[in-house]
Amino acid sequence: MKFTFILLLILGFLLQANYPDPISVLTKVDANMTSGTRISESTMVIHGKRNDREVTSKGYTQGNEKAFTEYLSPEREKGTKMLKLENRLWIYSPSTDRTIQLSGHMLRQSVMGSDLSYEDVMDTRKLAEVYNAKVTGEETIDGRKVWVLNLVAKVEDATYDKRKQWIDQERFVVLKEELFAKSGQLLKKLVSSDVARIENRWYPKKTNYKDVLKDGKGTDFIVSSIQFDAVIPDYVFSKASLKE
Amino acid sequence: MKLAFQLAYRNLIGAGLRTWLNVGVLAFTYLLIIFYNGMIDGWNQEARRDGIAWEYGYGQLLNQKFDPYDPFTLQDGHGILPIEKTENLVPVLIQQATLYPQGRMISVLVKGIEPNQVVVKIPTKLLNESGAKIPAIIGKRMAASANLKEGDEVLLRWRDKNGTFDAGNITIAGIFDSQVPTIDNGQIWVSIKKLWTMTELSQEATLFIANKDYVYKQRSGWFFKSQDDLLKNLNDIISMKKVSGSFMYLLLLAIAMLAIFDTQVLSIFRRQREIGTYVSLGMTRLQVVQLFTVEGSMYSLFATFVGSIVGIPLFIYIAKTGIGLPSMEGTGVPIADKIYPVYGLGLIIGTLALVVISATIVSFLPARKISKMNPVDALKGKIQ
Repeated sequence: MKFTFILLLILGFLLQANYPDPISVLTKVDANMTSGTRISESTMVIHGKRNDREVTSKGYTQGNEKAFTEYLSPEREKGTKMLKLENRLWIYSPSTDRTIQLSGHMLRQSVMGSDLSYEDVMDTRKLAEVYNAKVTGEETIDGRKVWVLNLVAKVEDATYDKRKQWIDQERFVVLKEELFAKSGQLLKKLVSSDVARIENRWYPKKTNYKDVLKDGKGTDFIVSSIQFDAVIPDYVFSKASLKE
Repeated sequence: MKLAFQLAYRNLIGAGLRTWLNVGVLAFTYLLIIFYNGMIDGWNQEARRDGIAWEYGYGQLLNQKFDPYDPFTLQDGHGILPIEKTENLVPVLIQQATLYPQGRMISVLVKGIEPNQVVVKIPTKLLNESGAKIPAIIGKRMAASANLKEGDEVLLRWRDKNGTFDAGNITIAGIFDSQVPTIDNGQIWVSIKKLWTMTELSQEATLFIANKDYVYKQRSGWFFKSQDDLLKNLNDIISMKKVSGSFMYLLLLAIAMLAIFDTQVLSIFRRQREIGTYVSLGMTRLQVVQLFTVEGSMYSLFATFVGSIVGIPLFIYIAKTGIGLPSMEGTGVPIADKIYPVYGLGLIIGTLALVVISATIVSFLPARKISKMNPVDALKGKIQ
C-alpha cells in the first residue's frame, strides 16, 4: 500500500514535470497578444436571431489606458469615433456632430449589441500580471497540440475571476477559452482560428465570442490587418481627433 | 331684483326649446368639467397614496453621488451611514445586473432591502420565508416581461465591487401586484444582506426610505428628499393633464357662452317694443339691462338644476364602481386599472362659479345696448 502510494506520487510528479511552467506559457501568449501600441482594422460579425450585422472599424491602442476607434461601416455607424483615456470614454457621432462623455461604466456595456464588451476589446493587460495559472493537461484542437491551463485571478479587479485556456504548444496562441464568474458559472466561450504569422508573432485573425448564457451564435471578431508597436502620434488620443 | 328674477324666469320658460337647448349645452359642460377634474383628482390621490405606500415612504435619504435619473451613478452612488444614524430608516442598495430568462438577456436593477421592513408595502417578508440560496421577489410587470412565475429559478449575472463578474441562480419567492411601475419594471428585490455578500459592498446603501418617525438631520454625503420632492414629478404630470384637459372643456364652455350671447342679441333685437314698454312703464334703463342680464345668467342656474338631476346619481355611481382605463405601462406613472373619481367641494363650487359668472358676463355684454336705446323708438319697434 505504502509502495503503491509512493509510486503514484512519483508518477504524478514525473507527469507534472512534463508540463511547462504555466507562467512561462502565459508570458509567451502575452508576447504574441500584447504590444505597446497597435493599429488594427477589424470586422465584427454580430450573429442575430434573424440576420447578421457587420461592423468594420479601425482601432489604435496604446497600452491599457488609451484607445481610439473609428467605425468605417455600416453607413449608419460610419464616422462614429470613440476615445478611451483610462476609465473615461468619449463618443463622437457625426450625425449630431456632438461628442458625449460617458463614465467608465460604459466600458462594461456591449459593443454595438455584440457579445463583446468594451472591456473585452480594450483590456490588454498581460495575463501573467492578472492571473495565477496551472497547466492541467494537454489536448488536440484541429490537429494542433494544446496545453490546458486554469487561470485564477490574483488581482481584485479582474473582469473574470477564472479562465480556462487551450494554448497552442508551438505557437502559444489561445485557441479556445472559457471565462467564468466567481461562482464558477461559465459566462463566455472564445474560439480562435486563422492563426497567422504577423511580424514576428503568431496572432489569431478570427475569434468567436459567445455569451453562453444567452441564445445565439455569438459574435465573430475578424482582424483584417494589424500592426504592432507602430508609432501612433499623440494627437490620435486627443479629443480633437474625434471631430477630424 | 325680485321682479327681474320673476320676469326672467317667465321669459325663459316661455321661450321653450331655445332655452332648453342652451341649458342642455351648459349642463353638459358642467358635467364634463366636474367629471374630468374628478377623474384627474381621483388619479392624483390614488397615485400619491400608492407612491407613498410602495416606494417613497416618508421621504428618502439618498447618497450624494446617486442620481435616480442617471443609471451611470449607480456604480459609485452608495455609501455607509453609521448604524446609530440609521434609526427609522430602511436601507436599499441598488446594483446593475443581467438576467437570463429562457436564453434571453435582460438588464435589470437588483435592489437589496431589509426583509423585515414595514415602511413600504413590498412583501419583503417572503425573502425570509424562502429557503432558496438567493430568494428574490419581483413585480407583476417584471414577471410578465421576463416570463417568470413563483418558484422559477433564473440565472443572474452581476459584478462585485471590483467589477469582477459573478453569477448564480435566483429563485422567485413571490410576485407582488403594485400600481407603481417604478418599483417593478426591470427590477429584482433581494435581501440586502444577500446583496452585500454578492457584491462585497458590506453595510453599503444607495438610499434609505424613512418611516413616519424619522426626523431629518444633515448627514455628510447624503441628501434628503421629502415626500413632496419625491411626488413632484407626479404633481407636474397632473398639472399638465389639468391644463391640457381644460382646453377641451373651455372650448365647450365657449360654445355654450356663444349660444347664450346669440340668444341675448336676438332677444334684444326682437323685443325692442317690450324694452320700450318697460321703460315707459317706469323702469330705468339700468333695471332693464339688469332684467336681460338676469335672464341670461338664469340659463346657468337652470343648467345647474338639470346638471344636478343627471350628474349627482351618475357621479355617485361612477365614484363607487370606478372607470377602467387602458394600460399605461411603460410611462412610469403609477396608474391603477380603475380610477375612482373624487369630486371635491372646491371643484363643484369652482365649476358653478365659472359657469355662472361666464354666463352673466356674456349676457351683460349685449344687454348694454339697451342703455343707449331711445324708449320712443323702441316702443315703435324701430331698429336702432
